Amino acid sequence: MFENITSQLLFGQILLGLINGSFYAMLSMGLAIIFGLMNVVNFAHGAQYMLGAFVAWLLLTFLGVPYWGALVIAPIAVALLGMLMERLLLRRLQNLDHLYGLLATYAVSLIVEGLIRQRYGSTGIPYDNPMPGGMNLGFMFLPYYRVWVVVFSLVTCIGTWLLIEHTKLGAYLRAANENPNIVEAFGINVPKMVTLTYGFGVGLAALSGVLAAPIYQVSPSMGSNVMIVVFAVVVIGGMGSIVGAMATGYMLGIVEGLTKVLYPEAASVVIFLFMIVALFMRPSGIFSGRSEGAR
Amino acid sequence: MNSRVVAAEDSRLASAMLSIENLSAWYAESRVLHGMSFDVREGEVLTLIGRNGAGKTTTLRSIMGVVRKRTGSIRLGAEELIGKRTYEIARKGIAYCPEERAIFASLSVRENLLLPPVLRSGGMSNEGLFKAFPNLQARAASQGTKLSGGEQQMLAIARILRTGSRLLLLDEPSEGLAPVVVKEIGELILRLKQQGFTIVLVEQNLRFAKKVADRHVVVENGKVADVLTAADLESGMDRVQSYLGV
Repeated sequence: MFENITSQLLFGQILLGLINGSFYAMLSMGLAIIFGLMNVVNFAHGAQYMLGAFVAWLLLTFLGVPYWGALVIAPIAVALLGMLMERLLLRRLQNLDHLYGLLATYAVSLIVEGLIRQRYGSTGIPYDNPMPGGMNLGFMFLPYYRVWVVVFSLVTCIGTWLLIEHTKLGAYLRAANENPNIVEAFGINVPKMVTLTYGFGVGLAALSGVLAAPIYQVSPSMGSNVMIVVFAVVVIGGMGSIVGAMATGYMLGIVEGLTKVLYPEAASVVIFLFMIVALFMRPSGIFSGRSEGAR
Repeated sequence: MNSRVVAAEDSRLASAMLSIENLSAWYAESRVLHGMSFDVREGEVLTLIGRNGAGKTTTLRSIMGVVRKRTGSIRLGAEELIGKRTYEIARKGIAYCPEERAIFASLSVRENLLLPPVLRSGGMSNEGLFKAFPNLQARAASQGTKLSGGEQQMLAIARILRTGSRLLLLDEPSEGLAPVVVKEIGELILRLKQQGFTIVLVEQNLRFAKKVADRHVVVENGKVADVLTAADLESGMDRVQSYLGV
């Protein structure tokens, strides 16, 4: 069954897996950061990712702002919207059951998707590749933009990890994940920290959206498509574990890519099989083990 | 009214650092404090003593605003704290060390120690802290919760000393610790008092309370049942024992 696999196909799919993994990692990391501090499963994450891509497209189409400008402006714009949403909506739910936050963010994602679909239709809109071309490595063709995506997402993920694990700001965040009351009793403005953290997570989602625009088409449903997998990644990695989200994201992207080569029929379910096995073996996630049961 | 009482009353008015009047507090719908009133004088060590569930911990949590639903008055100097958020209260110069110590597992000892921000001048420097708590320096890189119970308690007190707050609320610092460690904590509290800190201490351990405190507020059913000086406590142990039901 494996005799027809060319190196072109194999490495092509590994690269594609790495690309998908880059998005899984960035998106699930944002989800993990938000969940860790706020205990909110941010179902609007996919819509925020899609908004990032859309804002990039709008900037290009109507204001002539190129990709590199959008890479900075779109995440900030979407993060500001996110912070507004935290202040007006999520803050009111913070003392209620998790389910309310989940339902509210899901509602927001449906509304945002619906509005975009209403205005721009549901067909995908192409976004020009800002780095056309690539190099021929002999065993495969390597497009420059894809290299950029993998490198940029790795730098973003590692940067975020360093920020959280090795800075004072990160120490506040880790401490507030465990016990927000005490962190506030030290004189730290925890409500503001929650707003900024949500904004950061949302900004990461929008940044992924801008990165994704030239690869996938910009469409209202691009977020919900990827989020199904991302939620599986977060469950496998352990809800609230930053490193777990990151590592699982890349790993599952590659597993998915390899499955496409080795047994294409299973490619769309392999991640969920992983999720089932992981849930059986370690119900709280394979990278959990810290601050579990702390609340 | 004899002259001694008048003098005591004058000094109360002159030097009350924290005045609590008719403080009530609720957890959800259940009322825990029923009109507590007492003063904390500048530079003193005051204990809240009483049975389990009497409302001692809730009193500290209400002062700090960790318990949000509360009525009455909590004044620091001339400033009303009721209605303020926890971080605003902390920034007025009150530091809080909770009963569960709240050492963060995901932070190293050093990170735990240096976590509280410096809110005003006059707090201990980082070097000063490590000098005063050499054990913590030796284990600075370990995970916060890997320390022994006594070391965790020291860490929990040490880290609020750098904020510059002069009023410390300590909830049962002696709880669950070996006698030799309890003695160390007692010495630490007396040293802090000498340095001019004002300390409100929740205590179950009467012997410990007796050694460190100037005055004792007896809490019963969410109210102040009695206020005793150190001398009262010495002479009236029977009365106190009856309050505590031991």
